[in-house]
Amino acid sequence: MKTLVVVDHNNNKLEKSTLNTIKAASQLENVDLLVLSDSCKDICNELINIKNINNIFINENDAFKNQLAEDSANFIAENFKNYTNILFSNTSNGKNIAPRLAGLLDTMIIPDVIEIVDKQTFKRPIYAGNAIATCKSKNKINIITIRATAFEEAEIGNENVGKIQEIGNLTSNNLSKYLNSELTKSERPELTSADIVVSGGRGLGSAENFQLLEKLADKLGAAMGASRAAVDAGYVPNDWQVGQTGKIVAPNLYIAVGISGAIQHLAGMKDSKVIIGINKDEEAPIFSISDYGLAEDLFKAVPEMESKIN
Amino acid sequence: MKILVPVKRVVDYNVKVRVKKDETDVELDNVKMSMNPFDEIAVEEALRLKEKGVASEIIAVSIGLPEVQETIRNALAMGADSGVFVNCTSKLEPLSVAKILTSICNKIKPDLVIMGKQAIDDDMNATGQMLSAMLNWGQATFASKLEIQEKKIKVGREIDGGIENIEVNLPAIVTTDLRLNEPRYASLPNIMKAKRKPIDEIQVKDLNIDIAPRLEILKVEEPKSREAGIMVKSVDEMIEKLKNEAKVI
Repeated sequence: MKTLVVVDHNNNKLEKSTLNTIKAASQLENVDLLVLSDSCKDICNELINIKNINNIFINENDAFKNQLAEDSANFIAENFKNYTNILFSNTSNGKNIAPRLAGLLDTMIIPDVIEIVDKQTFKRPIYAGNAIATCKSKNKINIITIRATAFEEAEIGNENVGKIQEIGNLTSNNLSKYLNSELTKSERPELTSADIVVSGGRGLGSAENFQLLEKLADKLGAAMGASRAAVDAGYVPNDWQVGQTGKIVAPNLYIAVGISGAIQHLAGMKDSKVIIGINKDEEAPIFSISDYGLAEDLFKAVPEMESKIN
Repeated sequence: MKILVPVKRVVDYNVKVRVKKDETDVELDNVKMSMNPFDEIAVEEALRLKEKGVASEIIAVSIGLPEVQETIRNALAMGADSGVFVNCTSKLEPLSVAKILTSICNKIKPDLVIMGKQAIDDDMNATGQMLSAMLNWGQATFASKLEIQEKKIKVGREIDGGIENIEVNLPAIVTTDLRLNEPRYASLPNIMKAKRKPIDEIQVKDLNIDIAPRLEILKVEEPKSREAGIMVKSVDEMIEKLKNEAKVI
């Protein structure tokens, strides 16, 4: 039995959720890593001290710079079809590549896994997290994506554990081409790995009013999030969206402001350690899952909170 | 240009689903069913391409029990030209759906398939990518912008941290994200017109595809519930609790 973790990264840095995926993989057996990039060195340096891994396979190719699904999936299918498990993080890259790989290998993907019960049995949320399904796999190869917030991070030791080895040759099928990216620039921590998240909903009323929340977030060193309603209304960019159709977060503190608490939103944040809700409607569903609720006008409460936190 | 739009009948977006007492599935009896919201966005995008004169024909396909024909009729009422109903009584996984759609694509040879990025029932987010793999076509997942060019498409994709723009050769698969468009409502005259539009029926057994599930569902259970905490009366009390009780700031 061999397990492969496909490393997610941006060519310079490891995508942090990969560490959670490696931890999940350690519940399976014989963990190897795969780095596909135009430049693997920096990423390998971050991986080499991780405990309980065997090989770090690399393939350096310009074509991997933008992690196009067609090339990555073909390469993995050709070189790793003798593996029992292939794991990805459930990031936008993982969600793009893993099902394509499953299609190539004629295997049913097991997406968004939150618990590994045994080597063939996995738990995953369905219906926006309103139910949890336990699935037993009859696949020959399990292709799995891991929900990072459900697993700890892999431990990093002091010794170089992983052996770096080049593997394979890419034959690009040239079906698609990367053009460019428009990335949201932010000084704030990344939403899915932040300790504190400040999130706003339709109650904010406008894009300008989100600045109130941003001030609070900056005082707390928090990431900014939003409900789908706020995204749909055009107040904030889509990559702030927390919920079934957006990001899944589980910070130490989640501050929900002007968010009623639709089930689709709760699906994305209910595993946070401490949740506080601020909403002028005291019947808002958000209070039913909040550790601390404050039924007050957010335009009064948020600036007050910002000024009183030091 | 011919566009194929697969549409899935799912529990309506606004229904609060409940797990069955015997923990075998969620309660589906007497629950409102609708077209998967991401598929509505896919139908809308195809219609806009037709209105721009880029697309000439839109075919909606759905797989399942006879009831899924209602979902096809919805797509026809929105403006699709014709439907394909694949009659199948067994429960299907995305892998089987992708195999069936591969066979449909080989038959009707669309230039473009536009479909939802995920269904809101099983939340798999897999069929589009699997279909692209099986057809060896390019894929543009999580699309928030779509432009048709000569023999290729330009797509803005929602990725972690922003938007990625890619070019994909046609034929291709596009999976839709929320911000691609806002779907229209079907007007009454169009609902009436849709009743006369043709739906082709195919029996899944005639396609000779292995549709046996690869995942056995052992159990469907309620998620761990989270209990409501307390209501505080003021910002001061809130800050005090966060500092001294929860110790998170």
